[in-house]
Amino acid sequence: MSLDPDLATALVEPSELPPEEPGRLAVFWRRFRRNRAAVFGLVLFVLVVAAALLADVITPGDPLRRVAQPLTDPFTNPVAPLGTDQLGRDILAGLMHGARVSLMIGVVATLISVGIGIVIGAVAGYWGGWVDDVLMRFTDAFQTVPSFILLLALVAIMGASLESIIFGIGIVSWTSPARMVRAEFMSLRHREFVEAARSLGQRPVATIFREILPNALPPVIVFASVIMATSILLESALAFLALGDPNHASWGNMIGQGRSVLRSDWYVAVLPGIAILLTVLSFSLMGEGLNEALNPRQKK
Amino acid sequence: MSDGAPVLEFRDLTVALPPGSDRPLALDGLTLQVRAGEIVCLVGESGSGKSLAALAAMRLLAPGVQVAGGTIRLDGRDLAPLSEAEMRGLRGDDMAMIFQEPMTALNPQKRVGWQIDEVLRLHTDLDRRARRARIREILEEVRIPDPAGAAQAYPHQLSGGQRQRVMIAMALVLRPRLIIADEPTTALDVTTQKQVLALIRDIQRGEGAGILFITHDFGVVAEIADRVAVLRRGELVEQGPAAEVLNRPQHPYTRALIAAVPALIPPPPAAIPPDAPVVLKAEGLDKTFSARGTLFGPRRKPVQAVRDLSFELRRGETLGVVGESGSGKTTVARIVTRLIQPDSGRVLIGGEDFAHAKPAEVRALRRHIQMVFQDPMASLNPRKRVIDLIAQGPMIHGMKKAEAHARARSLLELVELSPAAGERYPHEFSGGQRQRIGIARALALEPRVIVADEPVSALDVSVQAQVLRLLADLRARLQLSLLFVTHDLRVAAQLCDRVMVMSKGEVVETGPTAEVFSDPQHPYTQSLIASIPGRDWTPPRVALETEGAP
Repeated sequence: MSLDPDLATALVEPSELPPEEPGRLAVFWRRFRRNRAAVFGLVLFVLVVAAALLADVITPGDPLRRVAQPLTDPFTNPVAPLGTDQLGRDILAGLMHGARVSLMIGVVATLISVGIGIVIGAVAGYWGGWVDDVLMRFTDAFQTVPSFILLLALVAIMGASLESIIFGIGIVSWTSPARMVRAEFMSLRHREFVEAARSLGQRPVATIFREILPNALPPVIVFASVIMATSILLESALAFLALGDPNHASWGNMIGQGRSVLRSDWYVAVLPGIAILLTVLSFSLMGEGLNEALNPRQKK
Repeated sequence: MSDGAPVLEFRDLTVALPPGSDRPLALDGLTLQVRAGEIVCLVGESGSGKSLAALAAMRLLAPGVQVAGGTIRLDGRDLAPLSEAEMRGLRGDDMAMIFQEPMTALNPQKRVGWQIDEVLRLHTDLDRRARRARIREILEEVRIPDPAGAAQAYPHQLSGGQRQRVMIAMALVLRPRLIIADEPTTALDVTTQKQVLALIRDIQRGEGAGILFITHDFGVVAEIADRVAVLRRGELVEQGPAAEVLNRPQHPYTRALIAAVPALIPPPPAAIPPDAPVVLKAEGLDKTFSARGTLFGPRRKPVQAVRDLSFELRRGETLGVVGESGSGKTTVARIVTRLIQPDSGRVLIGGEDFAHAKPAEVRALRRHIQMVFQDPMASLNPRKRVIDLIAQGPMIHGMKKAEAHARARSLLELVELSPAAGERYPHEFSGGQRQRIGIARALALEPRVIVADEPVSALDVSVQAQVLRLLADLRARLQLSLLFVTHDLRVAAQLCDRVMVMSKGEVVETGPTAEVFSDPQHPYTQSLIASIPGRDWTPPRVALETEGAP
């Protein structure tokens, strides 16, 4: 080249590196922390997780056994600090053990739905063409049936066990993540870094999972918090219709049973209701914070 | 010509950036005058603060960026005490701005005539007929073909050059005292750029307005400037008459910048022995893009991007593919790297047909032909560390991780980056450093051919020179063949042994660079070469020994 080497050094680009940046986690936490509501959501979530973990410590034994007189008011009997329901079961124990069931439903159903959504969305978005057409019409078919009705049908067919409820919730809620992943993939698949990987000779499956997916994931993670919240609500709604799994103390079951004594002993239904409210609230607040932390473009 | 009173005067203008930016002051004590009938070019690299100066004059700075000191005078009148309403009255009327990208600066929903009319409605009390006559007149003045038709057109119906003419018409319609043009020709092809520059020159002669012309391109400066001011990181390092600054730059920074501008005189071509093996051969390539029709909608018209294209690339040779946007040059790069498949024709790499190989053979052949992309930010996966990015290719082709990482580290050294860079993520680097990472990745598979698609067009001129020097260096050291796609004829002149000029999908001329540049045969090549901005100006090979010496 015509440019002297001296000049090149005299001129411009420092070959030394910019100062080290703080790690990704630190940056992430700093951004998340800016949103106070999200931090509050995190605190609530930690409380729910603590309740689930400590259920056997604070309220040992089967939560479905009879511990005191039926319909004991809260704060009257130290054996059942939050009172008992019509069968004399401890409400506090129900809430603590119910946290396990609700969290499990939230997490597992979300994993199922996001998993199906990612595979279908990624395949449709990456290959496009007729593959995309077929998969998206299939998705449309699912979306045209109201998801709760579909869930009722599935549970009616498979029986009201906890596993089938979780599976059913996963099956009815994969369509939104699938559409979201597809949209991300469609915009990312023509990006130069994807072409660069292709021109290195990378196989399509590796390109999808190693190159595109990590870049497509942030909005899906945010959306997962919404799915978690709706999964818990769907389970509660099923239990309220007496289609829940009677062998587990889930919050939905508790509300469903408290319904019949709502006018005389409101706390039987309201206490688990509050637990659901706070848990769902914690997910949506955290989702908001995740969104801000993972999508710095929307900072302002 | 430039003896009038200053139309625009910056005195000690200081603009502060919000806290946490890379530097506290975007502009530090800028003093600059634009007189009536004068074109002052404000030159600088990206981040030098040149656009902020323009926005400060218009009082259109983004929130958080503010004028911290100094005065801005328009026709001798201090702008600082003016109210927002008074500023609105001045904008468009006494001072007007021409933006870089006319497609985004025009409202896509409104007809062109309506948008020019809006300026007149806001600032004058002309009646409808007078306004229409004025729109017609101004569109004629900016030499739009069929002015009446253009007024009725929507922006997307006009070509890029015509849209920029509309922007200029909008800026001129009220005969402002000052026109600020912020990179007005950067988004245009060279032949269009030449026409628009000529138009701006003519208008300035006719109207006697002062023009503050912001650009990064010294070729454009040579074409249009009366006076030049050079900015470096917010500080004015040099200003003076154009001929003076361009041919006898004083400040070391200006000298370095000008020395980095590629001269139009091609260096002697590398001695390629005529019996050097052909490493890449294309035969009769055709590619037509047919848009996929919607379920009920009509099929859109197919576009023939490449037509019957053939070429040969020998070992150690650099073939430039030059042409304007839409000429099909990028399609060629994508076909030979098999990112897309040609409709017909063959791509031979060492005798094997790459275009029609089976998937497994394609993956094996890919190691012989690698690509360097235009935008180094977009072509590096933001979620991977640099070392993984570079080691990826060898690992895909079966190399052990430790060995691949060792090679990646030595490649980082080869492209003049410290091996410690491997642990970082792409966003932590500057543009030129990222492009060097892209080059290291392309080299990791030890390919025979590197296809570079506009590898320096996203970079500042100084960084560009550095990357080009690196490429030239590596080519010689590693016996690489380069297929170099570019729209910039200056860059092509520097690096390429032979050039292939493309227009509308076809090769119109091909030959040794020096011959094509000095004696172009095809009319299209002739117009292309005549359009290179500042072609009459040869950047002086300024001596650099003065730097640091007494």
